[in-house]
Amino acid sequence: MSSDVSPVNSTNAPAESEESLPGAAENGPSGELPEAAYLLGLADDAMVYAQRLSEWMTNAPQIEEDMALGNIALDLLGQARALYPYIGSIDGTGRGEDDYAMLRDERDWRNVHLVEQERGDFADEMARLLWFSAYQVELHTALTGSSDDVVAGVAGKALKEVRYHLDHASLWVVRLGDGTEESHRRMQAALERVLPHLAELFDDDEASVTAAGLGVGVLPSSLHDAVVGRVRRVTDEATLTLPEASSWRSRGGRAGIHSRPMGYLLAEMQHIARSHPGATW
Amino acid sequence: MYGNDVIDPNVPLNAAETAAYDEAAAHVEGRAVGEASAEGFDALIAADQRIEPRDAMPDKYRETLIRQIAQHAHSEIIGMQPEGNWITRAPSLRRKAILIAKVQDEAGHGLYLYSAAETLGVDRAELLDRLHDGKQKYSSIFNYPTLTWADNGAIGWLVDGAAIMNQVPLCRCSYGPYARAMIRVCKEESFHQRQGFEILWTLMRGTEAQRAMAQDAANRWWWPALAMFGPPDTGEAAKGGGHTEQSMAWGIKRFANDDLRQKFVDMMVPQADKLGIVLPDPDLRWNEERGHYDFGDIDWGEFWRVLRGDGPCNAERIEHRRSAHAEGAWVREAATAYAAKQASRRQESAA
Amino acid sequence: MSGAQTPPTEQAAGTAADSPPVAPERSWPLWEVFVRGKRGLSHVHAGSLHAPDAAFALRNARDVYTRRQEGVSIWVVRADDITASSPDEKDSFFDPAADKIYRHPTFYDVPDDVEYL
Repeated sequence: MSSDVSPVNSTNAPAESEESLPGAAENGPSGELPEAAYLLGLADDAMVYAQRLSEWMTNAPQIEEDMALGNIALDLLGQARALYPYIGSIDGTGRGEDDYAMLRDERDWRNVHLVEQERGDFADEMARLLWFSAYQVELHTALTGSSDDVVAGVAGKALKEVRYHLDHASLWVVRLGDGTEESHRRMQAALERVLPHLAELFDDDEASVTAAGLGVGVLPSSLHDAVVGRVRRVTDEATLTLPEASSWRSRGGRAGIHSRPMGYLLAEMQHIARSHPGATW
Repeated sequence: MYGNDVIDPNVPLNAAETAAYDEAAAHVEGRAVGEASAEGFDALIAADQRIEPRDAMPDKYRETLIRQIAQHAHSEIIGMQPEGNWITRAPSLRRKAILIAKVQDEAGHGLYLYSAAETLGVDRAELLDRLHDGKQKYSSIFNYPTLTWADNGAIGWLVDGAAIMNQVPLCRCSYGPYARAMIRVCKEESFHQRQGFEILWTLMRGTEAQRAMAQDAANRWWWPALAMFGPPDTGEAAKGGGHTEQSMAWGIKRFANDDLRQKFVDMMVPQADKLGIVLPDPDLRWNEERGHYDFGDIDWGEFWRVLRGDGPCNAERIEHRRSAHAEGAWVREAATAYAAKQASRRQESAA
Repeated sequence: MSGAQTPPTEQAAGTAADSPPVAPERSWPLWEVFVRGKRGLSHVHAGSLHAPDAAFALRNARDVYTRRQEGVSIWVVRADDITASSPDEKDSFFDPAADKIYRHPTFYDVPDDVEYL
C-alpha cells in the first residue's frame, strides 16, 4: 500500500458533526447518563449485528459456515445480554435485556449504521465482519483497562471472542481476495460498499468523550489507526486494494438517527414481543 | 431430528432410484465373489458386531445405508429451516440464543451424518445434489409450516420427541460410523426436546392468547408427528414390507414403526396432561387390557400426498436450500482455488 | 471395498473433451478430526468434516465438534493422508497375538497369600 491516507478519516466531512443533524437530541435519546449512553452504543452494536448475522443460518455458502456464523452471532448476542442489565442498573430504570431489545423504538437505539445494513452477499458480510471485529478487538483491548469493573470484565471475555471473529473474517477475506477472478472482484466491490459506514465507528460523540473522561470508556477516534492497520494487513495479503475515500458517509447512529433498514429490522425482531404486552416467553 | 416418514417400505422412492436399485441388485446376484465375502458380513451381523467402513458388505446393505443416512442428514439440514425462520423473531433474547444454538445443532447433526455416509464411498456434494434434484427425500414433517412462535415449542416437544424415539435405537445400528454419529446426535438432541417443552410450559402458564397459541400448535403438529414413525408395519398399507424386514435383519432398524409410535403416544399423553394441552384425538384413551393408549386413525392419504411433494412447504424448503447452495458456489470455488494456489506456492518455494 | 457406490454412468459423465466444463461440484477435501477432551487424555477421533485447507479444517472442527466444551486441543488430518490396515490383513496382523497369553499377568500362578504381587 503506497498511501498513508486513512481510508476512513479521509472522508469529506469532519467527524464531530452531529449537532448539525436535524432532530438529534442534545443529550442522547431520552436524556440518559452519558456513561449509560456510551455502553448502550456498544451493546446495541453487538445486538443488531447478532441479529443480522443470525440471518445467515440456512443461507451460508457451506453448512460449516452456517455453524461458524451462528457461533459469532451467539457471541455478540451474549455481549449485548451482558451489558443491557448493567446499563439498566446505572441509568436508574432497572430495565432488563428484553426491555432494551424488544421495547425500544428506533430513535432510542444507539448502534452505528454499519451493523444495521441489510445482509448482502458473502463478500459483503466478510467485509463488514472484518472491519467490525478489528474494531471490536481494539475496543475491548482498551476496555479491559476500564475503571468500571463490570465493563472491564465484559471486555475481557469479549476480547477472546472477537479475536476469533477477526481470525474467521481474515481467513475468508484472504481466500476470496486471492481466490478466483470472480471472488476477487466481489470482495473488492464489498470493500468499496462497506466504506461509507466505517467512519461512524470512530466518531467521538458526547457520550464517548464523557465515558473516556471518566476512565470507563475509550475515545473511538483513538482506535482508528490500529483498526485500519489490522484491516490493511489482511487486505494486503488478500491482494485487495483498501479503498481510500467515499463521496458520502453515514452518521447519526449514536444519536438514534438510523438508516432505512433499521426500522424493518426492529419490526421483525420486536413484533412478537410487542404483540403480547407483559407476556413471559 | 428425523423420522421414518421418508421411507415407503414398499415402493422405491422414485423412478431415479429404481434403476440404481435394480442395477445394484443385479450386480450382487451376478457375482459369486460377493457371496463368499458376505459370509464374514453375515457372521458379524449374527454376532451383533459392528460393520466398519472397510469391511466387505453386500452392495444392497451399502446402498440402503447410504440412502438412509443421507435422508437422515438431509432431514437435519432441511429441518434447520422451519425454526431458522423464527430466529430473527424470537420474542426474547434468551429464546433467540437457544434457537440459534438449536439450529446450529441441526447443522452439526447433518454434518456428522454426511460424514458417516461418506465412509461408504459417496461424496457429500453428490448427496446434496441428490437432495436438490429431488432424488433423495428428507423427513416429510418439515414440509409443514411454522405459523406462530408456539410452533417452535411444538417442534421441540413433539417432532424432536418423535425423532429421539426413532433415533435412540439407531445408536445400536449395525454400521459403526452411523451408530457413533447417532450417539453424538442423541446426546445433543435431548436439549432440543426439553427446550420445546419449556416453551410450551411457559406459554401454557401465560396469557390467554399464549395458551391458545400453544394449543393451536399442538393441534397442528400432533398428527404429523405420529406420521413421522412411518407407515404401519402390518395391514393394507404395509403389504410387501420389504425394506423394513431387510433393514431389521441387517440391524439397520431395530424396532417396527408401529411399536415406536405406540411408545411415543404412551410417553406423550402424560406430558400433554402436565402441560394442560389437549391432544387433538377424540379416540385417545387408556386401554387397560393392552396397557397402552389407544389412538385414532392417521390420515395416510395426507401422508402420501405430502411425501410425494404436495405438502404446504415442499417446494419452498428445497428452493431455499438450492438457492443458498447456488449462491455460495463462487465462495466454495474461491476457497478451492486459494488452496490450490497455496499448494503450488509451497511447491515452488520448496523446489 | 465391495464395489462402487455410484452407477458407472455418473462416473463417466463430463469426460467428453468437447463439452463445456460443467463437471458436478466436488466437495472440499475430507479431514479427520481428533479432539483431546481434557488435559491428561489422548486425542480421540471425533469425526470428519470438509474444508478447503488446514486452517479452515481446524476452525470448522472447533465449531462442529467442540460447541459444548468437548475439547482443549484439536488435530486435523487430511483423510487421504491416513494409511490404514486393511480388513484383509486382519488375520495376519492381529491373530498371532492371540496365543501369547504369557504377556498377561493372569497367566502366572502364584500363591494366594503373597501380597502386592
